[in-house]
Amino acid sequence: MDLIVENFFNIEIMRQAFPLLLRGLGTSALLCLAVIPLGLIGGLVVALMARTHIRVLRFTVIALIDFFRAVPPLVLLIFIYSGLPFAGIQLSPFVAVCLGFLLNNSAYYAEIYRAGIESIGAGQMEAARSTGLNPLQSMIYVILPQATRNVLPDLLSNTVEVVKLTSIASVVALPELLYSADMARSISYNSSPIVLAAGIYLLILWPSVRLLSRLEHRVGH
Amino acid sequence: MNQTTDILVARGLRKSFGELEVLKGIDFSLRQGELVFVIGPSGSGKSTMLRCFNRLEEPTEGSVTIDGVNLMAPGVDINSMRRQIGMVFQQFNLYPHLSVSRNITLALRKVLKRSASQAEETAREMLEMVGLEEKADAYPGELSGGQQQRVAIARAVALEPKVMLFDEPTSALDPELVGSVLQVMRKLRDSGMTMVVVSHEMRFAREAAGRIVFMSDGEIIEEGTPDQIFENPSHRRTREFVAEISR
Repeated sequence: MDLIVENFFNIEIMRQAFPLLLRGLGTSALLCLAVIPLGLIGGLVVALMARTHIRVLRFTVIALIDFFRAVPPLVLLIFIYSGLPFAGIQLSPFVAVCLGFLLNNSAYYAEIYRAGIESIGAGQMEAARSTGLNPLQSMIYVILPQATRNVLPDLLSNTVEVVKLTSIASVVALPELLYSADMARSISYNSSPIVLAAGIYLLILWPSVRLLSRLEHRVGH
Repeated sequence: MNQTTDILVARGLRKSFGELEVLKGIDFSLRQGELVFVIGPSGSGKSTMLRCFNRLEEPTEGSVTIDGVNLMAPGVDINSMRRQIGMVFQQFNLYPHLSVSRNITLALRKVLKRSASQAEETAREMLEMVGLEEKADAYPGELSGGQQQRVAIARAVALEPKVMLFDEPTSALDPELVGSVLQVMRKLRDSGMTMVVVSHEMRFAREAAGRIVFMSDGEIIEEGTPDQIFENPSHRRTREFVAEISR
């Protein structure tokens, strides 16, 4: 029992690692601030492109959505960070993570937007177009506000996934929360910093998950 | 008939959905200030014709001219044409996420580029016309079907269209709510609005229409005054239809 407390719940080690983890948390937060808007905007653009009448563009976009949903994000990230340099493209860890997340998240967010847009009856678009609004205006002012509201729980749920997924940035040595915790572990030969990191994730994400489940409940009725 | 007073002219209009030909060559014209009623059995192409008049449905062949401008011409600004062609739908199609007032002001602001205060002023006038000025801040979901349809009419009329198209405006309404919508349409006609109405409200057709067009099977079979069509139809199919509906 003492051994477990000593190795996993060592308060002294946690106290020493805390400032490092806090900096890691800051980096994680910064990463979220970059990749979540990128994914939301990228997903919207992709969802709209997937609806184009230009057949070649539509099929290309749909194929790319499928591709990036099928490729594991970790594989994608390592390819971008460690594979692309062989083609002469050397990206910083932060940019590599942003690019990987943009490609992966856009595909997921796009599918959510698509479902939302399809949940709005054709009559809304027809009404908007009949008043002279162009396709983009009709989308922005009439369709998207309703579509987004309909899929809000899914958008938020996906965003929670994105927050968790930022921990994979640790494999490209971006000092976010998990990377910092792992560094503290290797310096202290003690797993407590990892437990502390898990605790921090839990502390941040648990209320979001709770809120989400209440929201889903409400929308479901 | 003077060509310059024809506000809407359709020539040789055809529309196919795959193998199915829904419109088989429609020739139709509408004079300024006229109220034309389009009647006919369901599936005869009435709504499709109406929807071709503002290119919500893309005609397979033929032309539609609004006030001298051919909607089918390449490079025509369909959005600026559409705002001159008001449309009222069977299912109202109000925007449920916007207040009644904003339903009306959206196109005023984004298409006609009116200022917020100008657009709101117009919305107020329009709501007064349809008798719903106290509902400006309500949401469509809080209104009855009849009220929603009156707002939909207000939304279209606010853009000062040259023609108003009504696609079965009262078909989705409970019988007791039909009257209020017809009342608004009567008011519009009296104000000189040019209107095409696809509807089954035969009493209203007799009383309000200047001309009745009878369609069957994708063609205009016969047209004339309400008296001619209802009392003395010349075509067999018209007679059968009129006999059927007046039973």
